[in-house]
Amino acid sequence: MALDPKLLQYRRRGRGMDHDRYEWSRLHEREPVNWPDGARLALWVNVCVQFFPLNQRGEPFAPPGGMSMPYPDLRHFSLRDYGNRVGIFRLLDTFDRFRLKPSFAVNGAMVERAPYLVSVLRERGDEILAHGWDMDSLHHGGLAPEEESELIKRSLDSLQEAMGREVRGWLSPARNESPSTPDLLAEQGLGWFADWVNDDMPYCFHTRAGDLWAMPLSNELEDRFILMQNLHSEDSWVDQVCDACDFLLKEADTAGGRILSLNLHPWLMGQPHRIGRLEAALDYITSQPGAWPAAPGEILKVCAG
Amino acid sequence: MKADLELYDYWPYRDRPRIIWPGGARLAFWVAPNIEFYELDPPANPYRKPWPRPFPDVGSYSIRDYGNRVGHERQMRLLERYGIRGSVSLSAALCEHHPEIIDACAERDWEFFSHGIYNTRYTYGMSEEQEREMILDAMDTIEKHTGQRPAGYLAPALSHSEHTMDLFAEAGGIYTCDLFHDDQPTPVRVRGGQRFISIPYSLEMNDTIAYVVNRIEPRRYGRMLRDNFDRLYAEGEVSGTVMCIPTHNYQVSCPHRLHALEQALEYITGHADVWVTTGREIAEYFLDHFHDAVSEDILRKRECAREVTPMKSEKQRANGS
Repeated sequence: MALDPKLLQYRRRGRGMDHDRYEWSRLHEREPVNWPDGARLALWVNVCVQFFPLNQRGEPFAPPGGMSMPYPDLRHFSLRDYGNRVGIFRLLDTFDRFRLKPSFAVNGAMVERAPYLVSVLRERGDEILAHGWDMDSLHHGGLAPEEESELIKRSLDSLQEAMGREVRGWLSPARNESPSTPDLLAEQGLGWFADWVNDDMPYCFHTRAGDLWAMPLSNELEDRFILMQNLHSEDSWVDQVCDACDFLLKEADTAGGRILSLNLHPWLMGQPHRIGRLEAALDYITSQPGAWPAAPGEILKVCAG
Repeated sequence: MKADLELYDYWPYRDRPRIIWPGGARLAFWVAPNIEFYELDPPANPYRKPWPRPFPDVGSYSIRDYGNRVGHERQMRLLERYGIRGSVSLSAALCEHHPEIIDACAERDWEFFSHGIYNTRYTYGMSEEQEREMILDAMDTIEKHTGQRPAGYLAPALSHSEHTMDLFAEAGGIYTCDLFHDDQPTPVRVRGGQRFISIPYSLEMNDTIAYVVNRIEPRRYGRMLRDNFDRLYAEGEVSGTVMCIPTHNYQVSCPHRLHALEQALEYITGHADVWVTTGREIAEYFLDHFHDAVSEDILRKRECAREVTPMKSEKQRANGS
């Protein structure tokens, strides 16, 4: 028994990263960032507005939160729809009560599926991220580059037209990428994306069409990750979010501004038994001196100088 | 494949020779931060996939990179606050990718033990010669960058062969972290007959096992660490025990999790008679003071068991009767 010697070669064993997408950089060595008005902690709340098709192909895998029963999986299909019909309006009321500046990552397909909701978001003027076409249109290496480019264009065009404003940010469905996704995003004129979770602050990400900003949108604090994947309680989600808030505020005392990012799904956090726990967490965070509810574009503006 | 590699003998947890740690301590406490490099696109080992999603697995790769970019510094400062020198389970290639991290640990007099070259390169399928070469490469690389010849080994991604322990002992190592059969150090049998031991490293207290495999809440993890300590500390009065917290900077140093570790460290280091130490120091002290007495005790209990329960003769066993 022996491994093919090719498996024992170490092509990128050297200084820095094992790829060319970004520079090796340690957070604590960077220049501190100063938020407006002496704020220490930016609170970025992002809501995913998603369509999970009933006839899911699952290419190259079933998206988290997707259909998991034999066709027609009406239980999951309709429960995801619940988020866009009911849950999201609970979230909007909550956000307004706490004077947040949420962003919304919206699947392109939502423009036709829920024009009312899209018009509400347009009127509110919140920042919009393109979130791919739908949750079963994953970006992956099996797509031809033209095909993926077209997918991005379709998602972006549909949102920009419906929202009547420019969309600068991107979140891939299931945060999945092909090897070319960042290049194609930059080629389509996007300015930033939030798929990579290797930092607590924005950083520069190289593509063949210039740099994108990589924005830190925590996966580990996501409602879906904590409640649905880890099966933690709602109370535990609140504990984890508040513990993160305390930690980041304290770190900000000496290290400069920090970001607490909460990625939410209306089909989870918009449930009647959960919305109160979200309110408890927001109540805690927004009552901390130095908390700054901010849209991602505002955060980036400061970081980009 | 074998039913048992027979690396150690059965040794009941009662009436053991008394272990007393330096200064009369009853518990040896060590923290083992895993400082790892995972490759975005490693060659595919035929026995184990490096990433759950197709290339590029952005989520899995990037959260591990978070550990090095963001998490390490946080954990290092925390350990420093409690006077703990880390025993680093080190992907040797990290010395080449991110030498600043290694320099910072070396300045603090931390220990470095080997965790292979990359955590995306598995031992599975290697010939003995290939595994020996990998083990030596990792040890040489770590020694070159830190001045320390690793004394301990945690196989990369806990991937082993039947000869992993033999090969590491032959390369000059003295302890392994790969076995979870005991709360005290024990001798490990290797073909070359070297004095080679297992130091308790704990799968249960490992943050990645706790958070990723068992999916437990951060505050519960903190509670488990304290409960684990309480019992081992109490039992250490009879004979010294070992408690290890194996950590990963991409898990334990996340903003919502570090507090749980902080509370546990505050609690543990607040007790008298706790020897806050490193893996190598535990191994050396055990080898110098208790290894032989323990080996004799294991042998005695084995013989004793033979007298109570007559073993079947070799011939009877061969006949399957």
